[in-house]
Amino acid sequence: MDNKTTNILIVGVGGQGIILASEIMADVFLEAGFDVKKSEVHGMAQRGGSVSTHVRFGPKVFSPLIKEGEVDIFMSFEELEALRYLHYLGPKSTIILNRQRLNPPAVSLGNEAYPEGAAEILSRRAGKFKGIPARDLALQVGDVRAVNIILLGALQPFLPISEKIWTENILSRFPAQAQKVNLEAFELGRSA
Amino acid sequence: MNEKRILLSGNEAVARGAYESGVKVAAAYPGTPSTEILENIRAYKGIYAEWSPNEKVALEMGMGAAFAGARALVAMKHVGVNVAADPLFTMAYTGLRGGLVLVTADDPEMHSSQNEQDSRNYAKFAKVPMLEPSDSQEAKDFTGLALELSERFDTPVMLRSTTRISHSKSIVLLKEPAEQTAEPKLVKDPLKFVMLPANARKRHPVVEKRMEDLSRFAETFPENRIEWGENKIGIITSGISYQYAKEVMPEASYLKLGMVYPLPQELIRSFASRVEKLFVVEDLDPFIEEQVRAMGIAITGKAAFPLCGELTPALVAKGLKGFSPLPVDEISRNLPARPPIMCPGCPHRGIFSILSKLKLYVTGDIGCYTLGFLPPLSAIDTCVCMGASIGNALGLDKALGEEALGKVVAVIGDSTFLHSGITGLLDVAYNKGAVTLIILDNHTTAMTGRQDHPGTGFTLKGEEAFQVDLVRLAKVLGVKHVKVVNPYQLAATERVIKREVKRPEPSVIISQAPCVLSRRERAVTGKPFLVNSEVCTGCRACLRLGCPAIMWVKENENEAGGKKRKGRALIDHFLCNGCTLCEQVCKFSAIKETNGQ
Repeated sequence: MDNKTTNILIVGVGGQGIILASEIMADVFLEAGFDVKKSEVHGMAQRGGSVSTHVRFGPKVFSPLIKEGEVDIFMSFEELEALRYLHYLGPKSTIILNRQRLNPPAVSLGNEAYPEGAAEILSRRAGKFKGIPARDLALQVGDVRAVNIILLGALQPFLPISEKIWTENILSRFPAQAQKVNLEAFELGRSA
Repeated sequence: MNEKRILLSGNEAVARGAYESGVKVAAAYPGTPSTEILENIRAYKGIYAEWSPNEKVALEMGMGAAFAGARALVAMKHVGVNVAADPLFTMAYTGLRGGLVLVTADDPEMHSSQNEQDSRNYAKFAKVPMLEPSDSQEAKDFTGLALELSERFDTPVMLRSTTRISHSKSIVLLKEPAEQTAEPKLVKDPLKFVMLPANARKRHPVVEKRMEDLSRFAETFPENRIEWGENKIGIITSGISYQYAKEVMPEASYLKLGMVYPLPQELIRSFASRVEKLFVVEDLDPFIEEQVRAMGIAITGKAAFPLCGELTPALVAKGLKGFSPLPVDEISRNLPARPPIMCPGCPHRGIFSILSKLKLYVTGDIGCYTLGFLPPLSAIDTCVCMGASIGNALGLDKALGEEALGKVVAVIGDSTFLHSGITGLLDVAYNKGAVTLIILDNHTTAMTGRQDHPGTGFTLKGEEAFQVDLVRLAKVLGVKHVKVVNPYQLAATERVIKREVKRPEPSVIISQAPCVLSRRERAVTGKPFLVNSEVCTGCRACLRLGCPAIMWVKENENEAGGKKRKGRALIDHFLCNGCTLCEQVCKFSAIKETNGQ
C-alpha cells in the first residue's frame, strides 16, 4: 500500500448507515496522514435504493471514483447489492460481506427471485473473504443501527491504521450514552 | 492565521467559501445535487440565508442584495437555471455593485434529474464568465474568486459544479474570513439598473466590451494553468474530468482550465502548438471542443468520449488510451433492480393506489411522488419539469374536450406547487379548464431531504414564518371547488377523486398528511401490522400498494396447508409504520394492528 492509492468500495441499501461508515473511514484516513477522496450519490439514498460510496486514500489521490477492476477492499452491507458490483473487483480484493438480505421491490412482489449463493460467488473471487452476520451482532450489542460500526471493526485489521485512530473518531461522533454500544460494536466487528 | 485541514464536500466547500469571502446574502431553492450549499451556509453567522420559493426569485433577491453593494450567493441545480434564466440574462447587462456568484450544480448521468443539460452553455448564452472547480479546495477558492471577478468586471459570475464535485469529499484548507467588505448602502444608478430599451441599448456594448476584457484576463488567470508533462499528448480539461484524466494519464501535458468561459485563446494556441496530439476531456457537451475547433485547431473530443452520461475514469481511459472498460458481469446484469421507492407509511401511496385503480391519465410533477411511476402503482403518465403537471393537464383538456373529462388528473407536491404551480392553476381558473389538480401536501420538500418552504411555517434558519393556506390560495386564484382529503382514508378519498375528475370546472383536491419522515408531525402510529397467515388468501391486493414492508412468500401445496393459494403476504414489522392502507385494501380482514411489539 506504500505508494499506491487504496480503493475501498462500500455498497448496500439506502438507510443502512453506509454514508456514516464512509464518513468515519475518510476522516480516519485523513487523521492517519493520507490524502483522501470520497464520492457518493445520495439524492435517492433515503428511499431504499442502491447506494454505493467510493473511498480512496494514499499519498496523492486524483479521481474520487474507483475504476472498474481496481477495488482493493469491497465492503457490502447486503448480499444482492454485493453481486451488482462484481466488475469492480480486482484480482486480489479483500471482501467484507454483511450476511444480510433485503428484498428489492420485484422480489417482495414475488415477480423475481432473490439470487442465491452470494457469499460463495464472492469468496471464490476474493483474495480474502470475511462474511459477517453484522445485523445479528448489532442486536447482540443492543442497537440494530450499529451494523455500520461492526463492519468498520471488521475492516480495521486489513488497513495500516491503528485501532486508536478509529475508536477516537467513532467516540467523537456519538453522544455519551451511545459511545459504549458503538465501541463494543467496533470490537465485535474486529474479532468477527 | 488559524489554518485547519478538513474533509469537505464540494457543496460544503462552496458554503465555506461564501463565509470566508464575506457573503452577506444567500438564497436557493433545494435541488439535488445543490441542496447542501444553503443548508451549510445557514450555520455561518453574519450571512442572511433563505429558501426562496423558486430559483428565479432567489436570483432576483440575490441581485437586489448586490445592487446594494453586498456580496451575494445564489445556488440551484442545473434545471433551476432555466427558471432563473430571465433575470440572469439581463443581469449581464445591468451588472451589480456587490459581487454575485450563481452556483449551478449539473447532474451528468441524471442521478436525480430529468435531463442532463450542460450549464456551460448558459455562460456563453447569457454572456457571463464561468468558473469550474475540480475538487473541494477549488470549490471553496473559486467561490471567492468568482466574487472578486464579479466586482472587478461588474458582472454576475457563474460557478459550475457537477454531482461528482458537489457530492465528493476532499481535503480543504480552511481560512478565517477576510477583512470586511464595504458596507451595503442605497445608491441610485437608474441608467445602469433600469433596463428600458434606451438604457439597455447602451448597456449591450458594455457587455460585449466586458467579454473582450475577460477573454484577455483569461490568458493570465492563474487558474488557467499548464502542467507540462510529455509532449506526445496534451489534454485540455476542467472540473472533475481533470481528475479522471490525471488518474489515468499522469504523464501527459495538461491545460487545466479554472475558467471555462470565456476561453484563453492564446494560451490554447500556444499549448496546442507544443503537443503532438490534442485531446479535450469534458463532461456532456463539446463546449470547449467546438470553440477550439472554431479557432482552426485539430482536437479530439467527443469522437473519443461519450456525449451522454457522466465520464468516469474508465471512460476517460478508453478515450485516451483505447482501453475498453470492464464489462458488467453476467451475474450483475441479471439482478433484480433496486430503485428508490416511497417509504413505508408514505402519504402519497394511498393517492397513487387510487389513481392506479381508477386507471386515470396522471400528469405528474417533480418530487417523491414521481416514484408513483414505478410498478406496481404505475400511475404517472407525464413528468417534465417543476409545475408542468398543471399546464399539461390543461392542454389535454383543451385538445380533447369531453373526451378527457373524468380521465385526467394532475398531481403536484406542496413545495413544487408553490415553486411554479400557482401560475398554472391561475391559467386553469382563468381559462375555465375542466382540470382536477391534486396537491400532495406533505408539509415539506421531501425529495431533496425535507427542506422548509412557504407552506411549512418555518424558514431555512428555523424561525417561525407565515404559513401559506393552500385552500385559500386555490380559492383566490379562482377555483370554486377545493376539497381537503386525508390520504390514509382510502374509501373517502376515492369518492372525492371520482367526483372531482368528472367535474367540468376547475377543481383542487388537497391531500393533507405530513411526510412520514417528518420530525415535526406524525400521521401514522408507528405500530406495525401483522398478516394472519391462517386468513390470508394470497390475493395480493396488499402487494399492489407497492409498500416495501409487505412481501410475498411463495408456498407449495404442503405449506399452504390445504388452502387454495400460491403464497401469502408477510409484513416486515421493522419496516411497517402502521399506516393502515394494507388493512383497508384487504377484503378478508387478514391484516390487523399489533400492540407495537
